[in-house]
Formats: sequence, structure tokens, C-alpha cells
Amino acid sequence: MSDRQFDGLVSVRQVQDQGMITVRGDLKGKKIATELKAATGVDMPAQMGASVKGASGILWMSPDEAMVLAPLGDAPALAGELQKKLSKTHALVVDVSDARAVFELTGPNVRDVLAKLAPVDTHPDVLALGALRRTRMGQVACAFWLMSDTSARVICFRSVGDYMFGILSSAAAPGSEVFA
Amino acid sequence: MLTLNCPYCGLDKDETELAYGGEAHLKRFGPGSTDEDFESYIFGRENPKGVHFERWRCASGCTKWFHAARCTVTMEVFGTYSAQTFEPPKAIKDAISKKRPGWTWRNFS
Repeated sequence: MSDRQFDGLVSVRQVQDQGMITVRGDLKGKKIATELKAATGVDMPAQMGASVKGASGILWMSPDEAMVLAPLGDAPALAGELQKKLSKTHALVVDVSDARAVFELTGPNVRDVLAKLAPVDTHPDVLALGALRRTRMGQVACAFWLMSDTSARVICFRSVGDYMFGILSSAAAPGSEVFA
Repeated sequence: MLTLNCPYCGLDKDETELAYGGEAHLKRFGPGSTDEDFESYIFGRENPKGVHFERWRCASGCTKWFHAARCTVTMEVFGTYSAQTFEPPKAIKDAISKKRPGWTWRNFS
């Protein structure tokens, strides 16, 4: 997929260099928390949390599922390494970098653009920085988190990446400010 | 529009983020059971005007199944709880009793 970008209320850009590894297992277990921290350099997030530092991080997807973020080139090796380290724990590790699409939204209206598409209260009092929200946007499932007050990342299945880019661009169309 | 709190995410979820899973606390009767039991497992459902128990799935969220207790008349939600249980926890029953004294549903009250 080519680099895509749309500039409007926010700029929508497809992130091409994000590696993603799904880890399933008991996230409260010590072994998984230790290994994921060693692999990413960040602490295991709390319920519905996202701890991300640069291209590395851990997203809390459900009580037994975490998404490990890593630079794209490192993902296959890291997945293999995690698989080996967790081989004696009840866990499953899969490199899903090619199965997911990631979009970055940048601009002061980022909360408004997210709120147009997802049934989520994006007010700063409710959706804090460092919180992950798994929900739907339009017709498709997705997860998103705010990296700062002016930028967010959205993850969805790559098979619906075109759709996601389309609805994000449309929600960010110039002149469609929520509070104009 | 219903808003249910998913006990696994801990977040209030919009009905459009959830998938309905039918009546809660059904006991399965499979091969070898009596015709009456099998028939009621397949077709016998409550259709109450009032307190009701349902299964829901946090479909576009954490994907976990959970249970919800609500009123079919007022759409009031009494609470949600784990799917790993055969009957509603005491806290849920107490919450219902406070609002609907004397309620019954199948064998629960």
C-alpha cells in the first residue's frame, strides 16, 4: 500500500513502519508482564490502557490479550523471541503487522474527528491520554489511543484499511468543524 | 438505546458496540436428554414484562461475553456481571429487589 495522506481538520496519514504482535495469555501473570516489559521497555498497562514510547509499546486489548508495538523491521524477530520465552507459559504470540493497518491523526481537532466516527465520549475528562479504546468506527472494529492532545493513532484490520482511510478523511473534511 | 457497562473493559459501551446473545443462564440439554428437556432448551424462552437476564458480547471492544440484568419495560439496567456464573450474583439480585420488590425470573428471585 502506498503512502497516503489527507489534510483537513486533522491530517490523516497511514503509518507504514509499525510492527504489531498479538500476545494472548493471562496479562496479570508475572511472566508475561516481565517478558513484555523486557521486550518493549514499557510497563504493562492497566485495564484499557496504552503505554507507548515511540514505536514501542504495549496496548491492553482485553483481560487476556495485549498488542505489542515494535518497529516494523524488529517485529518478526521479537515475536520469535517472545514465543520462545513464553513457551512454558500458557500464551500465544503472533506477528500481525501485515494484518493490521495503522493511521495517525494529527491536529488540534483530533478529539472531534474521533467523536464523529465512534460511539465514544472523547472529552478530556473521559478519554485521558494513555487510555486505549477498542470500539467501532463507522462499520468496522478498531482501537485508538491519544498520543497527545493533538495526535491519535487508530488500528484496524488491513482488509478494511481503505474504508478506514476514507471515513477518517471524510470526518476530517475542511469546513466540517464540530464547533465552528 | 442501551448503554451497558462491560465488566471486562470496565467501560460503558453503546449498544451498537455490543452483540446481543439471547437469554442468560440457559442450561444445555443435548443428546441423551429427554424430549421435554431438549425441546425446552431449544425453544423455551422467557418473555417477561419487567426484569430480564440476557447475554451480551463486547463485540467491537474486548470481545468477551457478559451477562446483563435489565427491565424490558423501562429499559433500566440493574447491572452487568461475569459470564462465568450459573446465576446472578447477590449484589445484582439485591439491586433488582430494591427497585422491583418481589421480582421473580425462572428460578431466581
